[in-house]
Amino acid sequence: MPMAANGQMGGRAFHEALERHGLQLTREETRVLQVNVGLACGLSCRHCHLEAGPQRDEVMDLETMEAVIDCARRFRFESIDLTGGAPELVPDLERLVRALAPLTGRLMVRTNLVALDGARGAALCELYRELGVALVASLPATNASQTEAQRGEGVWGRSIEVLKKLNALGYGMPESPLRLDLVSNPSGAFLPPPQQQAEQKFRSDLFRRHGISFHSLYTFANVPLGRFRSFLERSGNLDAYLAKLSDGFNPCSVPGLMCRYQLSVDWRGRLYDCDFHLAQGVWHGGGETHISALAELPPPGTAIPTADHCFACTVGAGFT
Amino acid sequence: METYYDPKDLGSFAEVAKDAPELAGKFFAYYNEVFAEGELTEREKALIALAVAHTVQCPYCIDAYTRACLEKGSHLGEMTEAVHVATAIRGGASLVHAVQMRKIAEKLSL
Ligand code: SF4
Repeated sequence: MPMAANGQMGGRAFHEALERHGLQLTREETRVLQVNVGLACGLSCRHCHLEAGPQRDEVMDLETMEAVIDCARRFRFESIDLTGGAPELVPDLERLVRALAPLTGRLMVRTNLVALDGARGAALCELYRELGVALVASLPATNASQTEAQRGEGVWGRSIEVLKKLNALGYGMPESPLRLDLVSNPSGAFLPPPQQQAEQKFRSDLFRRHGISFHSLYTFANVPLGRFRSFLERSGNLDAYLAKLSDGFNPCSVPGLMCRYQLSVDWRGRLYDCDFHLAQGVWHGGGETHISALAELPPPGTAIPTADHCFACTVGAGFT
Repeated sequence: METYYDPKDLGSFAEVAKDAPELAGKFFAYYNEVFAEGELTEREKALIALAVAHTVQCPYCIDAYTRACLEKGSHLGEMTEAVHVATAIRGGASLVHAVQMRKIAEKLSL
């Protein structure tokens, strides 16, 4: 006998879900700066909410990087998170990384792993190691077929090789301060497993079969935007997926949502509350602001605009 | 095309409680407890359920436990192996009865 399923179709509005629970989405102290350095990427992952890929050439220029560095100097964020696209493909990345590392408690760079392959990748790994940059790597599954279904042919073997090289450099080893965390998004229209269970399984699978170590695994639901939304539409999964996200609304996840603690900046220097709002063009503060014009951090209590893709952050254990 | 099985019917499962609520209540309470984490993890239990679903050939269960296995972090290789375990037991259960067939044939034969 199967478990009873909720047959309701179609999503509800996110602001209504908040209202039903007497909640509002407002800021706490802003401690994190997320910098999306561009949409160029070597891969075209089928779940990418930004539709990044080899055909995209939007990347952050030096002038915008200097504005980001200035901002980091003015406000001293607890942590700065570089993402993309593939940050490795941004020509002046080294300038940004070298300047930001001493300005924050924790500088992290998100990587698709494959972009750390080859000579430039090896040089960047050395740079990251020298500066103690934390790495957050995408790996959806511990098997080739589901990894490649999401990220493209040949990605599994190359990802495993890069993980081994990172381990050899000290990244992800149990006692090492060189932090290597993994991020797993489901390879399809289903929700991720609970983080702790998935972490145990990744740890034993990767170590048993490939001798690979890492620090933590984060599991996140796919956000119904960009290429993932197109997949949901094409495959006839959109209504059921949206219903699943809204049915799974967990009010306890709201206090920890990342938008309450961070600002996101795009490759042109414009500000948002998170990378998903960035993908959808939902501005921070209700209008276009350039990072160079940010005179003060938004005070606690500032309202955050919501959209229905916010349901992907509040399903189950939440997206923090 | 009309068929006996409509995937949307899975969502109406709880309606079996309508005319015999106490029995349904007992069944669902037991059911939920069986699938909660115990000596086995929820992931392992979902894999067993998927294999059994193939043995009883229940399309509702195959739908529900394919999703459940994926959402509990099992991958297709593991799920396919679980179905092979069901298949091996199912096939083996027939084959092992060949022992009876052979014994009886032997007794009957010159
Ligand atoms: S998408 Fe998520 S992180 Fe962004 S504003 Fe909505 S709840 Fe916050």
